Amino acid sequence: MSNASPFAQEYSLAELMIVAGAEAFRHDGEVLATGIGVIPRLAASLAMASVNPDLMMTDSEAFLLGAPNAVSGRSSHAGQAQETWMGFSRIFDNVWSGKRHAMVGPTQIDRYGQANISALGSDYSKPSVQMLGARGFPGNSISHANSFFVPAHNKRVFVEGECDMVCSIGYNPARLPKGYQLADIQIRRVFTDLGVFDFGGPRHMMRLLSLHPGVTVQQVIDNTGFEVHIEGDIPVTTAPTVEQLALIASLDPKNTRSKQLKDNPPGYRRDAVTA
Amino acid sequence: MILRQKKRSAAVPLYGCLKTRVGTMNKLQSLQEAVGRIESDMTIGIGGWGPRRKPMALVRELLRSDVKDLTVVSYGGADVGRLCAAGKVKKLVFAFVSLDFIPLEPYFREARQKGAIEVMEIDEGMMLLGLRAAAWNIPFIPTAIGLGTDVITRCPDLKVIDSPYDDKAWVAMPALKLDASLIHVDRADARGVCQIKGPDHYMDDWFARAANTTIVSCDELVEPGFFTAGDEARYVFLHAVVWIRCGAFQRIRGLGQERWLCCLCRQICDGQDRGRLPSRCRRTRPHPRLAASCLLIGRGRLT
Repeated sequence: MSNASPFAQEYSLAELMIVAGAEAFRHDGEVLATGIGVIPRLAASLAMASVNPDLMMTDSEAFLLGAPNAVSGRSSHAGQAQETWMGFSRIFDNVWSGKRHAMVGPTQIDRYGQANISALGSDYSKPSVQMLGARGFPGNSISHANSFFVPAHNKRVFVEGECDMVCSIGYNPARLPKGYQLADIQIRRVFTDLGVFDFGGPRHMMRLLSLHPGVTVQQVIDNTGFEVHIEGDIPVTTAPTVEQLALIASLDPKNTRSKQLKDNPPGYRRDAVTA
Repeated sequence: MILRQKKRSAAVPLYGCLKTRVGTMNKLQSLQEAVGRIESDMTIGIGGWGPRRKPMALVRELLRSDVKDLTVVSYGGADVGRLCAAGKVKKLVFAFVSLDFIPLEPYFREARQKGAIEVMEIDEGMMLLGLRAAAWNIPFIPTAIGLGTDVITRCPDLKVIDSPYDDKAWVAMPALKLDASLIHVDRADARGVCQIKGPDHYMDDWFARAANTTIVSCDELVEPGFFTAGDEARYVFLHAVVWIRCGAFQRIRGLGQERWLCCLCRQICDGQDRGRLPSRCRRTRPHPRLAASCLLIGRGRLT
């Protein structure tokens, strides 16, 4: 749809990541798209409003929507395009059916694509940092497609060893359950402030798909705790089109996307990025 | 009002004896009486989800009691935090403890980081399956959830089993049998008919079914006829207990000043800013200066 629209000359890194994130939903067909956090939610909403109108989405409360809600500028859920009740207990019926693609923000991701939002530290009985708990990660990861959003690409997120608490199954042969193949696990895309990745490298290594404008391969290597598969010339992440930026603005009229990344950097960064 | 489940006589049609039932079936109890049924070492379930519609008045009464060594099953928020802070929790069965807009619950964090509580950390959906298994009187429900993750390796109670029908591994999610469940609802009558009119009743119906006893606080006590009008019965999900106004209010500390969060509408107020709260909550909001124990208004006002 956006092919005819010219590329935008100026855009923020957040907007670039939203557009890159939306691409992950393009070929999903009629599945529930769940984006946790402003940027993932805008990515899913943009996809529903453009490349994949078959997507299903909720109001994050209890209703399935025919069109995505704006993430800002709404004082209530009144007037939303609600089509059916979709309370939390019914969400699980969807999750376990596999007809869902969630975009989530883990605290740790390891070389196998295993992820952690539960706790940090080596002693599980007494974690050094207790976070949320495993939430829905175990069920999501064994049931349906998932993508990861990482606002600050560094070695604290992309850890050297395994995650301290493995909340979601990844491509780890040692943990593969009986009757499963690694290809059954569906980690689609990883979006960071440096680039776009998947786990399509040899033996499901994390693979660099594109670099954001101004970012170098060396920055990716320096900020990742494990080896990333890098092959050939790496393309630059496709810039948002004018039409995509207009859609994003209509889905986020109060510009909350500008507050999601530290200092709201521009999409094209000439200087080094993450320390 | 305490609900004892499955006690309805099959010989007496419900609709034919409504007045009789109203006359004889009064489950209203004082807060102290109701919560007094909870004893040390019991397993209790707490309804709501994170910061939403938590039975905080019931939880506060539990804090005032001398009950200890509880096993708590909850989609956790301030309820779990306060019980941890008060040292009431021996073991926590949880998928998360969070206040959503404040992602990390400080008292739960502190208890975990001190190693003060045992945990059974499971997936959100596994908790639902465990409650269903308890409700259905079966020992476990097979599921793929947890396979390949540390939810299995950290928890010796979770068994991975073979299936008689295929060659895959399955997690046997055990029944989460509850001695009592605590739930907060919008409206209830003295028979224990409870209405949750918010958009989602979360897993509260399953917490009730999985428990031997369900203790419910409500914002508004109504006469039984209320639920027969219009489509009000569509929003009745379970059956009630003590009449407490705004039992779902919880005090938030650590934000620089004292604030109150309404678990029903999730609005925050600081005492001066009443206009921000919708009329439903303004009607029942306690004065912020009142001590938590003053939230109990009294017994039912059935006429």
